Amino acid sequence: MNALIEDFGPVWGFWLGVGQILAIMVMLLLTLAFILLFDRKVWAAVMMRKGPNVVGPFGLLQSFADFLKFVFKEIIIPAGANKTVFILAPLITFTLAFAAWAVVPWAPGWVIADLNVGILYLFAISSLGVYGIIMGGWASNSKYPFLGGLRSAAQMVSYEVSIGFIIITVLLLVGSMNLTDIVNHQRAGIGAWNAFAWPTVFVMFPMFVIFFISALAETNRPPFDLPEAEAELVAGYQVEYSSTPYLLFMIGEYLSIVLMCAMMSILFLGGWHAPWGPVENPFFAFGILYFKIWVCFFFFAMVKAIVPRYRYDQLMRLGWKVLLPTSLAAVALIAGWVAYGRPSLPLTGLGG
Amino acid sequence: MSYLTEYLPILIFIAVAAALGVGFMLAAWVLAPSNPDPEKVSAYECGFNAFDDARMKFDVRFYLVSILFIIFDLEVAFLFPLTLSLDDVGVFGFWSVMAFLGVLTVGFVYEWKKGALEWE
Amino acid sequence: MLAAIAFYAMAATAIVSAFAVISARNPVHSVLFLILTFFSAAGLFVLMGAEFLAMLLVVVYVGAVAVLFLFVVMMLDVDFVELRQGFLNYLPVGALVALALFAELGLVASAAGQAGAGRAALSLGGPGEVTNAEAIGRVLYTDYLLVFQLAGLILFVAMLGAIVLTLRHRPGVKRQDIAKQVGRRRSEGVELKDVRPGQGIV
Repeated sequence: MNALIEDFGPVWGFWLGVGQILAIMVMLLLTLAFILLFDRKVWAAVMMRKGPNVVGPFGLLQSFADFLKFVFKEIIIPAGANKTVFILAPLITFTLAFAAWAVVPWAPGWVIADLNVGILYLFAISSLGVYGIIMGGWASNSKYPFLGGLRSAAQMVSYEVSIGFIIITVLLLVGSMNLTDIVNHQRAGIGAWNAFAWPTVFVMFPMFVIFFISALAETNRPPFDLPEAEAELVAGYQVEYSSTPYLLFMIGEYLSIVLMCAMMSILFLGGWHAPWGPVENPFFAFGILYFKIWVCFFFFAMVKAIVPRYRYDQLMRLGWKVLLPTSLAAVALIAGWVAYGRPSLPLTGLGG
Repeated sequence: MSYLTEYLPILIFIAVAAALGVGFMLAAWVLAPSNPDPEKVSAYECGFNAFDDARMKFDVRFYLVSILFIIFDLEVAFLFPLTLSLDDVGVFGFWSVMAFLGVLTVGFVYEWKKGALEWE
Repeated sequence: MLAAIAFYAMAATAIVSAFAVISARNPVHSVLFLILTFFSAAGLFVLMGAEFLAMLLVVVYVGAVAVLFLFVVMMLDVDFVELRQGFLNYLPVGALVALALFAELGLVASAAGQAGAGRAALSLGGPGEVTNAEAIGRVLYTDYLLVFQLAGLILFVAMLGAIVLTLRHRPGVKRQDIAKQVGRRRSEGVELKDVRPGQGIV
């Protein structure tokens, strides 16, 4: 927005900035509509079904039909519920899920807010995601949501720690918390991507995998979807929700899944840079990042289709006894490598 | 003050997102029918009325998990500045952080041995 | 101009919501107002240029500490009406604590006004040179080594305390031992018997 205000003056620059924000949000909602369909299609394909195929060609308009249906359904607020908190919970989930995208860089210079502490902002926003769930579960004043919210909160909290340590390892290698810097650090092609760079690949590739697993748990995706395990908790914290409040929860949930995909692409897979080298053309760069997000999401969808659900004690064990010590050790290893072994950076002054 | 104008778009972003969320809710409020009856708005159970309030006491272990989370979260918070300044503080800084992590690793091992990480 | 408006808006929000924390009837609402207070404080940090601290405030206080509060308040089956009835009994003690706090704050403010005001700015480099996270990193692990290690020890004690206070093992719970499960051999589980026709296994 700074550049816009410089170029077009305060009034026009401001409104152009708002226009950019709206454009990003519309783009995200459209992406979401098709990624939801994609999720269902992948799931169906693994099970040798067809998936949604009635609304529009290949079912392409399915999500839009679903949206209309949500809007025309009655909002039910349970009699025993705490009304303010009950309504506030989906709003919080929805707003936070969008708020995180403000700092995601789409292409060189294509970012709404280029914060110095961008990654920390993302970490903060994702650590707030637990509120919507815990508030929704509590406000419903019903047993299933309550148990679902409780489980979910403990689960998200447990995996967030390892996400924090993994982010630290990436930051140690890059030496900046600015997301654009993180992407540009990996511009030299696939050999420079944080997940594959030599010789840290032995530590960082496992970290990439752990980040993926933690992201699954953090977004309550299968196989860690215990909060909403249909078979035992009907639908967890969202049992009592209907109509658009439920829709807001769902959009928030999927948007944070897509955000995790974007974070994986940016932190480990070179962001908008191509496997063969740097990309400067913003449209091309945007396409590459967008493609990477879809590829990451494909893995999310595949995991949902082929991995059985964890039991709660196994989930806690995996988080605290496997992922946490591993990522902690990785922090020590990478810090040691940066302090002792690494040849001095040729990329200083990159932040500019 | 240029960094401040980086935060303004975030505020606008959040405001627009919140407005959109409220808009969705209002849309359903206006467009959808609304005729609640006592059965519809009662809490969901498997076919019977709820015996008592849903907010019950539960295992203290959930508190333990969230306290441990706070501690590790703080540990992560202490590491963030290191990522930017490791080149400046060098080997001394590295060992200083290792001592810090070492103390907490001892705590972690204690936790593990005590069975605080077990879920029953 | 914009910064001034932002400052007054956020300072006002912080004060009003802090007041709402203690005046709200529903304890859950209190916690929600507390979160709002944290956010306004984070906003004030941003205005002062301490982006890093602002984010940490959100990560640690809103993302972790307030979650614990919310846990406790929402899930703990405390009768808050009963708690409120003891209000008058605690009033003298509470007033005393508040008085002591105010006196200390006054002392700190006057001391800072006299001598130490310049010290805080000293360790940070000139504005715009380094981000404040980097400035913190440069001194935290070296100049303030002792304080840093003490912080580690405090966290350590907190960890032990939490375990000692809350950990209760329920007897007779079956646990999964994954190492044992994976380490199981075929010979432990399967025994081959040579069965003659018509006789069965004895």
